[in-house]
Amino acid sequence: MKVSKLRYLSLAVAMVALASFTIFSAPASAKAPIKIGFSMALTGGLAGGGKQALVAMEMWAEDVNKKGGLLGRPVKLVYYDDQTNPKNVPGIYAKLLDVDKVDFVVSGYGTNLIAPALPVVIQRDLVFIGLFGMNNNKKWKYDKYFQILPSGPDPAVDFSRAWFDTVMQLKPTPKSIAFVAADAEFAKNLKEGAVANAKRLGLKITYNKNFKPGTPDFTPIIRAVNATKPDVIYVACYPPGAAGMTRAVSEVGTKVRAFGGGMVGLQFAGIMKGLGPKLNGVLNYDFYVPEPNMAAYPGVMDLLARYQKIAPARKVDPLGYYLAPWAYAYVQILGDAVNAVGKIDHAAIAKYIHATEFNTVVGKVKFGKNGEWAKGRTLTVQWQNIKKKNDLQQFTKPGIRKIMAPAAFATGKVQPFNALR
Amino acid sequence: MTGGLTPVRQIFSGIAALFSFELLINALVIGLLLGGFYAALSIGLSISFGLLDIVNIAHPAFIILGAFVCFIFNSLYGFDPILIGLCFAPVFFFLGTLIYRVYYGSFEKTGAEALRGLAFFFGVMFIIEVILIMYFGVDFQMVQAEYIDYKPSLGFVDLPFRMFVPFVIAMIMTLGLQYFSSHTFFGRAMQAVAQDSLALRLMAIDPARIKRIAFGISLATCSIAGALVVIVIPIEPSVGRLYIGQVFAIVVLGGLGSQSGTLIAAMLLGLTESLITTFFGPSWSPAVAFGALILVLAFKPTGILGRQGDTRG
Repeated sequence: MKVSKLRYLSLAVAMVALASFTIFSAPASAKAPIKIGFSMALTGGLAGGGKQALVAMEMWAEDVNKKGGLLGRPVKLVYYDDQTNPKNVPGIYAKLLDVDKVDFVVSGYGTNLIAPALPVVIQRDLVFIGLFGMNNNKKWKYDKYFQILPSGPDPAVDFSRAWFDTVMQLKPTPKSIAFVAADAEFAKNLKEGAVANAKRLGLKITYNKNFKPGTPDFTPIIRAVNATKPDVIYVACYPPGAAGMTRAVSEVGTKVRAFGGGMVGLQFAGIMKGLGPKLNGVLNYDFYVPEPNMAAYPGVMDLLARYQKIAPARKVDPLGYYLAPWAYAYVQILGDAVNAVGKIDHAAIAKYIHATEFNTVVGKVKFGKNGEWAKGRTLTVQWQNIKKKNDLQQFTKPGIRKIMAPAAFATGKVQPFNALR
Repeated sequence: MTGGLTPVRQIFSGIAALFSFELLINALVIGLLLGGFYAALSIGLSISFGLLDIVNIAHPAFIILGAFVCFIFNSLYGFDPILIGLCFAPVFFFLGTLIYRVYYGSFEKTGAEALRGLAFFFGVMFIIEVILIMYFGVDFQMVQAEYIDYKPSLGFVDLPFRMFVPFVIAMIMTLGLQYFSSHTFFGRAMQAVAQDSLALRLMAIDPARIKRIAFGISLATCSIAGALVVIVIPIEPSVGRLYIGQVFAIVVLGGLGSQSGTLIAAMLLGLTESLITTFFGPSWSPAVAFGALILVLAFKPTGILGRQGDTRG
């Protein structure tokens, strides 16, 4: 019987979807190690961040093992590539817990990959620290969940609070706003919070739409947004969208006075280098930038210097500003708590994490009741003074990504978008 | 009843508020440019899948391989990506003939090309991605060329060269292939392989040789399409997966094996996406574009320019 081409095609699509995940395992180091398991995006759309995070986590494991490990036992990381595919995540965590018999699990990178791990972890009643999750615990209210993204107690709203406060410093004060977001959980959560901030400030919403992943050209979106005549544009999206939107606004032009907000990827070395001066004026979130005030984070300069030596050989982001310090910090918190409690007791460790203010490479970290940061510390930065194309080194110097908020870290004053173009 | 109509009314009142002649013309222009880009991605597949019956699911991965070749020469030596794409087209052609030899010897010759061949190309896709990850890492990469930032305006119509240059190259490539397949002996032989390879044998022509060269041509287009991709979007090793659905849909919609049909289908998809994105919102564009595909196939199962009686789809 002849099978039709379309049937082959359907099968092919199914095979892509069911691509088996690839195992990666850290080399075994010593007797009876404490095993920390996790999935990580080592391929796929978020692999740029995932691989960067993995290098930092391995640096932490190496540092801990040099100091005698946790509870006198060496630390071993056990991890699998989730391919940036949420469907792979539950199976990975089941395997980590049932087959690999890990002592602890932490999350992979990003909201979309934390969400499918949570039900598995909750079922086993384990401590679970997330790496850059946006409001993942809203539904579960799980008391052993924590996460390292410095959003604040109401993460979706607090994440963009500083951005809106910065925008409202512009003169004349903006009165209207347009929203554009990628069709993905993180971006939509972010936009939801940003819409709440816009309503709080009485801004009129002129445009509010989502776009699909894989959109190759964003100029029709920018034109449609421009037609609604907003004063500012808030964008929430992943790296391809961030690069595409920034290029499109550069090609089409706009009269808005602020553009940016929640664009993931502008912080990645390859995209920064590729976009160059097109980034001037963009007002976006960030977590660590090479501005003088950020040196206050204890140990971060040393960590990044070590990371940047390893990065070329590991073929990861050569700068590591965006994720490396935070990936180091989330396992650092787990390690400090385990050592402080003195035994593998998930209830006691969770209680300790709730009660303690940790000193980490990203400064002091204190969690609130819902496992989010008790007080947010997301930065709002504005790209300024970028003169060269295709030059990564310029992004390692102060004065390129000036901090607008929070006030304690501020190194500059916000300027209208087109004044910097 | 009125409540049920409210969202529809909201959409159309939104369009009315947004509509302007300037916006419409710009949406049409960008739609055509986008269509050209889609045509470049799909044209090689219209040969391998449409004419040769080879379900080359690795086609977008080969395009990304071509894109990374352009990236490496552009970042190291500053060479123009399109020039690199053209220079490497013969290398991709040769690679294609080699891959077809393996495919033919292992699967097609024994009549096992259906499922095993599909698994073969799936494996090829995975291998390409892993090699790219090993050599380039997983970060997004972009290229530099003077014309990428050039954005002239013709009155109120913007013409970003980041899209216009790929459009021109895609047109030359697509129309060139169309001319080749309908006006040359070898091109007609390619068509004949798709229609009746037994008749070709009776004329003392080896269908396997024709198919080998045709598959080489299909892969050569990936080198040029890769150059266009890296101009239009930032690339990482697995980004090709995002376009698997689109390229196969365009080839089926255009009519299997028809390069002109593929071009028309790509243009339709580009125009639909651009118009829907501009006036209805970007999240609607895939639903409407693929809805149009289903409609066309419902009324014309052979695709836009597919041959009557071709039941392969």
